[in-house]
Amino acid sequence: MGTWELSAGIPQSLLEVVVLLPASALSRSLDLPAWVLFRRSRPLPPLQDPTMPAPQCASCHKARAALRRPRSGQALCGACFCAAFEAEVLHTVVAGRLLPPGAVVAVGASGGKDSTVLAHVLRELAPRLGISLHLVAVDEGIGGYRDAALAAVRRQAERWELPLTVVAYADLFGGWTMDAVARSTAGSGRSRACCTFCGVLRRRALEEGARLVGATHVVTGHNADDMAETVLMNFLRGDAGRLARGGGLGSPGEGGALPRCRPLQLASQKEVVLYAHFRRLDYFSEECVYAPEAFRGHARPAQDAGGCAAVGGAGPGALGRAPGAGPDSAAPAARRLLPLRGAGQPRALPGLRSPGRPEPRPAPPGHRQGPPGAGRGGAATGAAAVPTADFRAGPRLLETPVPRGDPAPWGRGAAYK
Amino acid sequence: MLCCRKLTPPGLLEWCSPSEQDVQGPQRLPLTPGDFCLWSHARLPLSDTEPAEARDCFKALYVHKFRAMLGKSRLIFPGEKVLLAWSGGPSSSSMVWQVLEGLSRDSAKRLRFVPGVVYIDEGAACGQSPEDRARTLAEVKLALQTTGFPWHAVALEEVFSLPPSALRCSAQEAAGTEGAYKAAVDSFLQQQHALGTNGVERQSQHCAQDPQSPTGPPTTAQTQALSRLFDSVKTLTAKEELLQTLRTHLILHVARNHGYSKVMTGDSCTRLAVKLMTSLALGRGAFLAWDTGFSDERHGDVVVVRPMREHTLKEVAFYNRLFAVPSVCTPALDTKAPEKASIHRLMEAFILRLQAQFPSTVSTVYRTSEKLVKAPRAGCAAGPRCLLCMCTLDVDTADSATAFGAQTSHLPQMQTPVTQARGAAGPCCCAGMGGAPGCCKREEPRAQVMEQLCYGCRVNMKDLPSLELLPPYILSEAQLRSQRATAEQEIREYLLGDSEDEAGTGES
Repeated sequence: MGTWELSAGIPQSLLEVVVLLPASALSRSLDLPAWVLFRRSRPLPPLQDPTMPAPQCASCHKARAALRRPRSGQALCGACFCAAFEAEVLHTVVAGRLLPPGAVVAVGASGGKDSTVLAHVLRELAPRLGISLHLVAVDEGIGGYRDAALAAVRRQAERWELPLTVVAYADLFGGWTMDAVARSTAGSGRSRACCTFCGVLRRRALEEGARLVGATHVVTGHNADDMAETVLMNFLRGDAGRLARGGGLGSPGEGGALPRCRPLQLASQKEVVLYAHFRRLDYFSEECVYAPEAFRGHARPAQDAGGCAAVGGAGPGALGRAPGAGPDSAAPAARRLLPLRGAGQPRALPGLRSPGRPEPRPAPPGHRQGPPGAGRGGAATGAAAVPTADFRAGPRLLETPVPRGDPAPWGRGAAYK
Repeated sequence: MLCCRKLTPPGLLEWCSPSEQDVQGPQRLPLTPGDFCLWSHARLPLSDTEPAEARDCFKALYVHKFRAMLGKSRLIFPGEKVLLAWSGGPSSSSMVWQVLEGLSRDSAKRLRFVPGVVYIDEGAACGQSPEDRARTLAEVKLALQTTGFPWHAVALEEVFSLPPSALRCSAQEAAGTEGAYKAAVDSFLQQQHALGTNGVERQSQHCAQDPQSPTGPPTTAQTQALSRLFDSVKTLTAKEELLQTLRTHLILHVARNHGYSKVMTGDSCTRLAVKLMTSLALGRGAFLAWDTGFSDERHGDVVVVRPMREHTLKEVAFYNRLFAVPSVCTPALDTKAPEKASIHRLMEAFILRLQAQFPSTVSTVYRTSEKLVKAPRAGCAAGPRCLLCMCTLDVDTADSATAFGAQTSHLPQMQTPVTQARGAAGPCCCAGMGGAPGCCKREEPRAQVMEQLCYGCRVNMKDLPSLELLPPYILSEAQLRSQRATAEQEIREYLLGDSEDEAGTGES
């Protein structure tokens, strides 16, 4: 130990001279066990920095740099990086005029890293923006996954002292949990991904939860990688409608829905994880049990590998190209997309049904076929507990509509059409 | 026979042979006995041998797709001069073959345009030795002479002698309406009847015309300059994009010089699907409609047309094999490159792998590309055009909430540390609106060029450490445009309305 500490201060070359010269003469005189012990007792040379001595933070020039930003390669210390991240989110919100002062904002909290970081950043920025926050968590009824995630959300709500509302699919949609949907779509023998249903239902649930707390805006934690995946996935599915509607920083709320936005849209996933790491945020990081079947998983390799290739090829600056270029550059194209012919059904890939709105189809009660909007799979298996609620009534939504403020004061409304 | 089996592009074999690796290439159509033929609606015989009718139906469908593509669009007027861009690969060879067959049919169904063929020799960029290049060129000349069309074999080194006008988008002619097309066809037919045998003579005169060979083989200085340029590019992705840009400029220059008003490229369905996804990844999402659509009119007087859009690479391979279409395979930039070497290779591998699991991937992406509309962005009508790709710039510096704004705000920090030392003068000239005095601009040629590029081209140029190696026509045009912009800034308050159009048509 003592020799190790001593050698740490000695320049490398001197150490080698001191250690190796006598060592060779000495080691030749030892037998094997002694030689092994001798080798092991020699102090290891101090770790050589492959590039340079640890750089200084490029922003405060005082602390030692703790990370390199993925997009620009700048070396920053933890505090400066967090400050830069928060400043960029603030800039996104202010420049896009996403959350006006006085807004009551419902944050879609799933317990995962994106929504945790989003809630934390918005909580930091809330005094400056003049907004108030509510956490809304959605319980899809996926056993073994959502319960743990909800526990994480509850912990966060307690720690940050933010009001939390949990809305469950079972209450909103007449007893249909995601497990029930998965069972009924799997009934026909071919495995169909139920992620599309979950997405559509979750948006609705979030909307209802936001109305329940009297919110004026809904925010979700989608980051740049998510947006890139969405664009690629929609091209692969041929979903011209979604491509045309997507892009931009959110939606001003069509058809009476609340305006929603994604303040983290320009931050890449790696930066979100870095932020959560440096702020020591507690989040739930397991994958949903149905995620392996999702079609989005097919778009992910292209997007991930694109990032890897960029790293392998050029410097860190190019890393921002694949995820960062997708959402923004496709957005102008997407805004001009007009399904010219057959605006109805996008071409569906085998294994993935085209998404349908969960319309209630009149079915005799007790008959096991025809759940609203789900697959046309045959009768569910006997063990499945199909909800016996009366489907003719439609999803039981909350009766009292919450009065909203003025229609969203977006600065550039035309850009979102 | 010029069928080259050794240097097939990587991945073509797995497209050709549906089952095991058949090194000879596809032998027969992948038909199951007892299937219905979709073309003739006859049931195939139950024996194992491939019926001759199946081949005929396949050929009929293939040819029909090509002609329907041209006929539906009504873009190619009768008697028009069309340049066929031939790379030697399977799709463009198939396209040239189709045109050859189409012109030799009986008069009612004959194709009615006047073709020429251009071949670009890219050996210097791909690192081929001079002997290989000479050998390939000899094969190419032989193939081109057998077609009988006027042909032009141009070396890529000629980009160093292009004039800056290659980058200018000339005034567009009025788009042909339905009535105009029909009128043109009718008058052409009347002319043919009137001329009678003279028309036939004129046709054969075209065939016997000597090829307009360019100004001899390229000089070693030019070859070295080109190799230096491509060696200095850091990533394979940027190299491929640069090669495509230079190739496009050269083809357009050849077309303009010899009076061709249309250029046909042999991009097949599969390649276009890969190109679409690659463009998305490279930040060219705003220009997908031009990059992957049937017609590309951003160059003004010359329109690029893609008649092979509906043919998948598999069909092309089968056709070429069954009907012995000659092609010349040359190694490209990314031949034998590993999968993660460039974004193009990555996307290609990804799409093909996905196609194996979901067989409708390529056609879905292709159909989505058909739905893209070429409308300019609202509020940003006829703005300046990108220097390299000639698309309307999608730069909106006021829109700094987007990723583009985030990127450009990093640009001055990354690329011009010198200006930062100068302080306030730096950011304003890089921020793009040209408010700074001219002295800043003249000392920052890189920033000068970068601000005239669209987002996708900017991202590519970042991988090029020094812009001085670019061919001189790009640099001089960049300088010209920025000088013009500076001058306009000074006299802006005295100008009445937009003087761009009047001045633009004045120069050529």
